[in-house]
Amino acid sequence: MMMRSITILVLMLGVLVGCSDNQGPNPNQRGVYMLLDTSGTYTEELDKAQQIISYLLTQLNPGDAFAVARIDTGSFSGEDIIAKVALDDQPSRANSQKRSFQQEIKDFMANVQSAPHTDITGGMLQATEYLNEHNPGQKTILVFSDMKEDLPEGYNRDIPLTLDGVEVVAVNVTKLRSDNVNPQEYLDRLDEWQKRVANAGGNWRVVNDLERLGQLLKE
Amino acid sequence: MAWSDMLAITPLPVLSVIIWLLIASLVLYLARTPARQALFQLGHTLYHVCRMAAYSLSLADRKLQKRNHEVLLEHGREAAERAVEREFERIEHTVRKELGDYPALHRQVSEAITAIEEDYQNSREVPPSPPGWTEAVEAVAGLPRQDAKVAQLLDSIQKSMEKMEARAIREHRQDARKRHRLLSRARPHWQELVSRLSGAEKKVQRLIDRAAAIDRHMNDYAEINRGSDAALRRLSSSSLTQFFVSAFVLVIAVGGAVINFNLIARPMAEMVGGTDTIAGMQVADIAALVIILVEISMGLFLMESMRITRLFPVISALEDRLRRRMIWVSLTILVILASVEAGLAFMREILIQDEMATAAMLRGDQASVQEPRFLWITTAAQMGLGFILPFALVFVAIPLETFVHSLRTVLGMIAEGVLRTLATVFRVLGVFFRGLGRLLAQIYDVLSFLPLWVEGQIRRMRANGASHSDSGRPGNEEVT
Repeated sequence: MMMRSITILVLMLGVLVGCSDNQGPNPNQRGVYMLLDTSGTYTEELDKAQQIISYLLTQLNPGDAFAVARIDTGSFSGEDIIAKVALDDQPSRANSQKRSFQQEIKDFMANVQSAPHTDITGGMLQATEYLNEHNPGQKTILVFSDMKEDLPEGYNRDIPLTLDGVEVVAVNVTKLRSDNVNPQEYLDRLDEWQKRVANAGGNWRVVNDLERLGQLLKE
Repeated sequence: MAWSDMLAITPLPVLSVIIWLLIASLVLYLARTPARQALFQLGHTLYHVCRMAAYSLSLADRKLQKRNHEVLLEHGREAAERAVEREFERIEHTVRKELGDYPALHRQVSEAITAIEEDYQNSREVPPSPPGWTEAVEAVAGLPRQDAKVAQLLDSIQKSMEKMEARAIREHRQDARKRHRLLSRARPHWQELVSRLSGAEKKVQRLIDRAAAIDRHMNDYAEINRGSDAALRRLSSSSLTQFFVSAFVLVIAVGGAVINFNLIARPMAEMVGGTDTIAGMQVADIAALVIILVEISMGLFLMESMRITRLFPVISALEDRLRRRMIWVSLTILVILASVEAGLAFMREILIQDEMATAAMLRGDQASVQEPRFLWITTAAQMGLGFILPFALVFVAIPLETFVHSLRTVLGMIAEGVLRTLATVFRVLGVFFRGLGRLLAQIYDVLSFLPLWVEGQIRRMRANGASHSDSGRPGNEEVT
């Protein structure tokens, strides 16, 4: 009788463990990688970036991962990551981590240097690597940039991206002076990025209105 | 070749249709007898199938009804037994507690009666009435006093007699006073006696009331044992009422459990983590749910051990010592869980404040981080709720037991209704199929109306011919 009860208990535990979602990515877990363009005059827009980061921090839950990296001359490097955090399971610790993260971003913003070139593709490769490493249920790359890539001589970025299941959101895509002369350039630029992201298996969105930050992350 | 080509046997379509109709009508006429029989048979068979189904359902309904009555009576019997048992327990308690001091009461009453009797006996000793001094003195005073010596003698006699009279009156008064004192001393004894006897009367009256209640329950019990219709009706109506009332209370209890869950689910994330999930549900939520379910289970065990509910016969059959131990164990676990909940409720408030502070800091709105003045009220209220709700959930056991018991009756009634309705539906269907068979046979005749009409004409002609030939015979005129 005792053995029978133990067997039933073990079977029930087995079923429970089998039902647990620890093996694959947790669908409720989110991974967000934000790229900040620090090239040229775009550094003047970084106050808005800080606003977006603060908003994102309020939206993230325990277990989510968040990283902010800058886009500069060569962005395919872990050194370009300004701050990263994998929020703890415990809500109180997660809150503490959020506060530290915010402070790191503030410190960076205070001493940011303008970069001569813009390597968006490198940044996205780095972002993909980071997100794949964490393997969250929802992957989002936010690109805070004018989306005008300007690579230094000798850099090869003509490589296919792999963005399966990744949501790529271009935020605050400002119009350049040349765009004002020929708006088609702006439209072509966005169109080209959309095609690249779509070909890589990702979803492309543009959010320029910062009053509607709720659209940044998928619910 | 298309069907239309095959059917077009003449160049004129109308004519083709008419010819085909005539052929079809003729074929139908030739097959009329077996076709009609088949249609009748089909209707008849379906009718019988439906009748059989209806009969089977009615049989099942009767069996279920019988079983439901048995269950209802059994529940009623059990409830009556429990009520009688409870009344006997109360009587036992009353007898032990209130009539247990009967010997003392008897002694006190006896002592009071003895004291009263003694006082009464003492007061009964009537003092001798004062002798007729007055008449004697008046007689002596009225004697002729011609002689001085005689007059002096008479005066002294009168004086001594007056003295004696005064003394006798004084003694008489003293005796009367003494009697009055004895009687007044007996008064508190009387009052005490009256008070004690009225107290005893009240206790006895209570016992008589209990006995009357037992009589009532016993009458119910006897009626249930007889299985009378009145008892069945009463039990059934009572069961329905109990079902709805207990369901209502359970809904309220579920509301309480939901509040309890919300109170502890959030801080639970601090203990078990806020990200892991099992079967799509967060582990923190599951942990909170488990705590609440354990509390309800402990409440059930507590109520069972106290013999308030009887969902688990094993527990109520335990010996008293074990039952008492079980009461203490479940109560202790409940107190521990309630304390844990109070702690979690406290932690919840801290977490909320922490989250608010973080959100305000991220927004850059430091001014709103200030702690509200009356925060302690909400914290205390949450802690109080966290501590009280587990004990409130203990009482879920009572409506739950009633719900479980009455649910059986209600489900039985619903099943009876369904079976009865199905039986009626099958009966109606049977009649419908029988009618349908007849109707189809009539429609069949309509389709082959032309040959039938010809047949009718021929028959009529034959009948006419036969009647003519019969009328030509002698002696047949009057028959027409």
